[in-house]
Amino acid sequence: MPAQPAYLWDEIRRNRRRSWVLMILIGLLLAGTGGAFGAAYGGDAGAALGLGLAAVLALVLGMVSYYAGGSIMLSASSARRIEKRDHPQLFNVVEEMAIASGLPMPAVYVINDTAPNAFATGRDPAHASVAITTGLLEKLNREEVQGVMAHEMSHVRNHDILYATMVGVMVGSIALMCDVFRRMAFYGGRRRSSDRERGGGAAVIMLIALLLAILAPIFAKLLQMAVSRRREYLADASAAELTRNPEGLARALEKISGDQEVLEVANRATMHLYIVNPIKSFEERAAGLFSTHPPTEERVRVLRGMTHSHQPAAPAGG
Amino acid sequence: MGGWLIGMLVVGGGLLFLVLVFVVIYNGLVALRNQVRNAWSQIDVQLKRRYDLIPNLVETVKGYAKHEKDVFENVTKARAACMSAAGPADTAKAENFLSQTLKSLFAVAEAYPELKANQNFLALQEELTSTENKVSFARQFYNDSVMRYNTKIQTIPSNIIAGMFGFAAEQFFQTENAAERVAPKVQF
Repeated sequence: MPAQPAYLWDEIRRNRRRSWVLMILIGLLLAGTGGAFGAAYGGDAGAALGLGLAAVLALVLGMVSYYAGGSIMLSASSARRIEKRDHPQLFNVVEEMAIASGLPMPAVYVINDTAPNAFATGRDPAHASVAITTGLLEKLNREEVQGVMAHEMSHVRNHDILYATMVGVMVGSIALMCDVFRRMAFYGGRRRSSDRERGGGAAVIMLIALLLAILAPIFAKLLQMAVSRRREYLADASAAELTRNPEGLARALEKISGDQEVLEVANRATMHLYIVNPIKSFEERAAGLFSTHPPTEERVRVLRGMTHSHQPAAPAGG
Repeated sequence: MGGWLIGMLVVGGGLLFLVLVFVVIYNGLVALRNQVRNAWSQIDVQLKRRYDLIPNLVETVKGYAKHEKDVFENVTKARAACMSAAGPADTAKAENFLSQTLKSLFAVAEAYPELKANQNFLALQEELTSTENKVSFARQFYNDSVMRYNTKIQTIPSNIIAGMFGFAAEQFFQTENAAERVAPKVQF
C-alpha cells in the first residue's frame, strides 16, 4: 500500500514537467548534431544542403502525419463510425467525459476485433475521434470503459498527438541527418579550405561528429520512448481527473493486459496510440527503455495511489 | 543623437510588450470567467433532461409493477418539487430527494424479472443512469472551471489585472449530502 496518497493534480503537473524536460533534451540533441555536422563540413555547401534537406523531409512527413494521420489510421483499422442509437451506452459514456472535460464530443468508432484495445486520434479536441474494439466492449463494465475512454480523450486533450508528431519529426531529422552524414563521411565529401590551416583540430571535430552520427539516433529513440511513456502516465492521471474514479481505469488496464490475444489490425507504426501495447512479441512485452508504454503494473499502482481530495487517507492496512 | 533614438526605441518596444502581455492576460481572464458561467448553465441543461425522462420511466415500470404505487408517487412528487423549487438551497434539497426516490424505484424494479428483461426499461435505465452522471459531471466541470478561474485571479501576474478590472472569485457548487460528496456517480 502506498504510504502517502498522491494528490491527483500534482501527478498531472509532474508528468507534464518531465515530458517537457525530455522534449527539450531531444531538441538539444537535434541542435547539437546539426551543429557538429555543420562544423565538420565547414564551408561545404553540398553537405549543408544534404543535412538541410533531411530536416525538411522529416518536417514534411511530420505535417502529413499530423493532419491526415487520424483518418489514415481509422481506415487502416477498419473502424466503423457509430451514432447513439447503435451503442447507446458507449455513446453516453463518451458524452459524459465530454461534459466533464468541457470539450466537444469526439467521433466514436467501433472496431470489429476480439482483442481488447482502444485508441484516440485527432490533432485537437475539435477534430478528435475515439475508437474501441468489440472485444473491449464485451470484457469491461461501464465504469471501466469510461476509464479507458477518459484516457483516450485525455491524449487528445493534452495534445499528445501534436507532441508525438513534433518529437517524431525531431527524432526523424536526427536519424536522417546522421544517415546522410555517415554516408558522406564514408564515401568522400572531403573537407575544404579552412580545415587545412587547423589540421588536427578539424580531425577531432570530425571524430566527434562521427561518434554523434552513430550514437545520436539511439539516444534520440530512447528519449522518444521516454516521452511516450511519460505522456501515458499523464493520460492516466488526466483520465482520473475526469472520472474522479482511478479504480475504473486501473481495473480496465488489468483486464486488458491480462488478455493474451493479439490485436490483428495493429502494427508497429500505430502501436503507441493504443491504450496498451498491442504488439505482443517478446521484445515489446519486456517493458524496458524501448517500450512506448510503461509497464501495466506500474500504471495500476500509480492509479490506485491517487486521491483527488485533501481528506486524510484511510489508516494503513485499511 | 543616435543614442537617444535607440533609447526611445527600447522604451517604446518595452511598453508595447507590456501592453501585449496585459491584453493576453485580460483576455485569458474573460475566457475563464465565461467558461465558469457556461458550465453553470450546462448543469441546468442536464437537470432538465432528467426531468423529461422521468415520466416515461414511471409509465414503463407501472406497467409491470402496478401495486408499487408508493414508489411511483414519491418519484412523481419529488420531480414536481424539483421543478417548482426556488433558490439554490431548496433546489439542492429537492434534487437529492429525487435521486433517493429514483434509487428506490430501481431497487423495486430489481424484484420484477420481466421488467428487467424489458428492452424499453433497460434503455430507460441506461438513459437515467447516464443523466444522473451527466448532472454530476456537469457540476464537476463547473467546479473545475471555478478552480481554474479562482487560481488565475489569485496568482501573479494575473491578479494585478484581475484586481484592476473587478474579476471576482466565483463560488463552488456544494452538495448538501455528505454521502453524495463521496460517491456521486451512479453505476448500475
